[in-house]
Amino acid sequence: MDSLGYLFAALTPYHVALALGGVVAGTVVGSLPGLTATMAVAVLIPVTFSMEPASALILMGAIYTGAIYGGAYAAILLNTPGTPSAIATTFDGYPMAKRGDGDLAITLACIASVCGGLVGALFLLSLAPPLANVALAFGPVEYFWLAMLGLTLISALSQGNLLKGLIGASFGLLLSCIGVAEISADVRLTFGSQTLLGGIEVVSALIGLYCVPVLIDLVATPDRHLKVEAASRGFRLHEALQSSWQGKVNLARSSVIGTLVGILPGAGGSIAGLVAYAEARRSSKKPERFGCGEPDGVQATESANNATVGGGFIPTLVLGIPGTPPDAVILGALLIQGVRTGPNLFTEHGSIVYVFIWGLLIATLLMLPAGMLIGRYAYRSIVTVPKAMLVPTVAFMTLIGTYAIRNSISDVVIMIVLGVLGWILGRFGFSVSPVVLGLILGSIAEQGFVQGWIIGAAAENLWGEFFGRPIALGIVAFILLSLFSPLLLNRLRLKRELASAD
Amino acid sequence: MMTRLRRVLVVPLTAALIMFATGASAEYPEKPISYVIPFGPGGESDITARHQQPFFKKKFAEDMIISYKPGGGGAVGWAQLNEMPGDGYNIMGVNLPHIIVKPLQKDVGFKTDELTLIYMFHYTPDAVVVKADSPFKTLQDMIDYAKQNPGKMTFSGSGKGTANHLAQVTFDKLAGVKTTYVAFKGTGASVTALLGKQVMGQWGYTSVGAKHADKVRLLAVAMEQRHPRFPDVPTFKELGFDIVSGAYRGIAVPNSTPEDIREKLSAMIGEINADAEFKKKMEADGFALVHVDYRGIKAFMDEKKDGYVAAAKEAGVIK
Repeated sequence: MDSLGYLFAALTPYHVALALGGVVAGTVVGSLPGLTATMAVAVLIPVTFSMEPASALILMGAIYTGAIYGGAYAAILLNTPGTPSAIATTFDGYPMAKRGDGDLAITLACIASVCGGLVGALFLLSLAPPLANVALAFGPVEYFWLAMLGLTLISALSQGNLLKGLIGASFGLLLSCIGVAEISADVRLTFGSQTLLGGIEVVSALIGLYCVPVLIDLVATPDRHLKVEAASRGFRLHEALQSSWQGKVNLARSSVIGTLVGILPGAGGSIAGLVAYAEARRSSKKPERFGCGEPDGVQATESANNATVGGGFIPTLVLGIPGTPPDAVILGALLIQGVRTGPNLFTEHGSIVYVFIWGLLIATLLMLPAGMLIGRYAYRSIVTVPKAMLVPTVAFMTLIGTYAIRNSISDVVIMIVLGVLGWILGRFGFSVSPVVLGLILGSIAEQGFVQGWIIGAAAENLWGEFFGRPIALGIVAFILLSLFSPLLLNRLRLKRELASAD
Repeated sequence: MMTRLRRVLVVPLTAALIMFATGASAEYPEKPISYVIPFGPGGESDITARHQQPFFKKKFAEDMIISYKPGGGGAVGWAQLNEMPGDGYNIMGVNLPHIIVKPLQKDVGFKTDELTLIYMFHYTPDAVVVKADSPFKTLQDMIDYAKQNPGKMTFSGSGKGTANHLAQVTFDKLAGVKTTYVAFKGTGASVTALLGKQVMGQWGYTSVGAKHADKVRLLAVAMEQRHPRFPDVPTFKELGFDIVSGAYRGIAVPNSTPEDIREKLSAMIGEINADAEFKKKMEADGFALVHVDYRGIKAFMDEKKDGYVAAAKEAGVIK
């Protein structure tokens, strides 16, 4: 069968219905904080037993991609990432919503997600086997440096007070150490408490740190939650398309970053969004507007996190190594169906792989109309619902969502404690984003460092392990660039101003 | 007269009781069973449970609903097992050596003997894995290299105090070599490190050989007999090392679950294990079935405990 044949096989009414249903269901699931793409896909596995492998993959891929986009709603409207992938969406999405541009932000996020999703899926379609090697080229040391690159975002996220940002990030790093350590199996910082044994679950921490302060402020202040314009302005599609066209370089770069990070098994949508955000800010002509409602920030994150969907499937299907957590579930489902992943899958089982990839592309395109309609509904309901209804509803959802992650009351307790803490820190001018950054990157950095150190010590070449590998050096160069480029630019500008003053 | 009366009364009474009892349990299961995996989705514990799922449905006409309660390397789930209702509709996956080693390291909220195991249904045998293009063609090649270069031979493996880690420690001792073990987060990450040549070999499982058949080579497997999927790979025993180990997986119930339900569940899991189709599917993925039912579980655990505790002490994981 040629590629056109695969396309037609993916275009059967049954497959299109699966793609549309999957995207809609995924978007709704993703928009609820605590319900993640991984969970949505896992719930579906028994349903897929009776399906053909290609159909099962289309359904799971559609749900997955929808959930990653749906995470943007809560991020923009409630300052709470619906899925961890949408963390960086809160940075500019929520400020946009605050000033009354929530509808625009959601349409922008939809367009960016579709762009990112298409780029990721096209890479999967055309270059999967060679690109899968990226997953193998990344060793412990590279992950360590990648986490360090993520940490350079602290300065961007500390809202003018670098010291407070560093304190917050250090606190986040400490939080990431709590519980049974992932690789050494040591029990750390639990103070003998059973509650802390399982560590701080990232999603519940996100809900606590981002959402609870918003809820407390909603109750504590008489203002409306979000500023609204009197007249309905529809989707603001024209405006959004214009802005997307202006930011096309940003969209393309972020989508490529998302695809590449998606290929890395040790990173995921959250890291992709953060790295793309950092790069967008660094290369922007107006970096000072990031964090205050800059549309480029939303576009960077949303295109990058949806690109991880296609990117993550690359090592999953080529190497049998899941690129992201939902991919691990999908891989399990495929194993049970008797589908063996590997390079032969592409050459010998094209009827599975290529039909699926076309299905994923169709699902991504369907996300444009479906996502905008659902997004408009979500926006309208959050904006028009009276506060007396909004606060208890959202509070209830945060509790259920946190509990649902791993059926654990401990996580709910931790979520509430972190939430109150986040609110208090906010009062003293600490932003919660550096804390979250530390929490997410801490374990990646720690594992990479420890493994790199053990391997380097065994080879009696520690220096070479950390500073002698080309990819590692490339990342180090980016770290230096993002740390020092603002300083250099400032100095240059000062010089120029002095010169013109003379 | 008395005996007659007794006979008259007792016989129908016992009969009624027996009928009542069997009547009640003949109904079981009458609704879906919740099967909690104390790890995240996509891992081997999940995949093997997913293998059981359709067979359970086919044989007992009820669903097995799989959910996840990850955290603390399984400890979060096991610490909560006995708080769940013991009505036979709540079961949880258990893993060896985890449930033996973890409680000895620190207070993790449960003790090994507090868990009510009803069946051990398979294990994933430990194996030494190298890349297909590795210069190590046999286990002896690897041992020779390790002897000449103490500490330089690096192995990836899943976690510390795990089946992989304890096998590495035991092997080093038996072979008289010193190798370096690098713990990764789960088997997936440890395989990735092997395929990416971050390490020279892996203490992995037979399932790794099945999943990545064209990219890796198994040097030896820790089984009594050779695995049917890998007839050419020798066992450690054949090569003179007494290692039979791996990650055993089974099912436990809350301790409030009545005896007759424990027996019944144990028989049900045994029935799935006896299914030829199930065996074929599990072995194709590199797993090996074991059949330890509720009655045999104590003897099995006692035997395993001694071996794992000794190895964990050797590894410095417990004191």
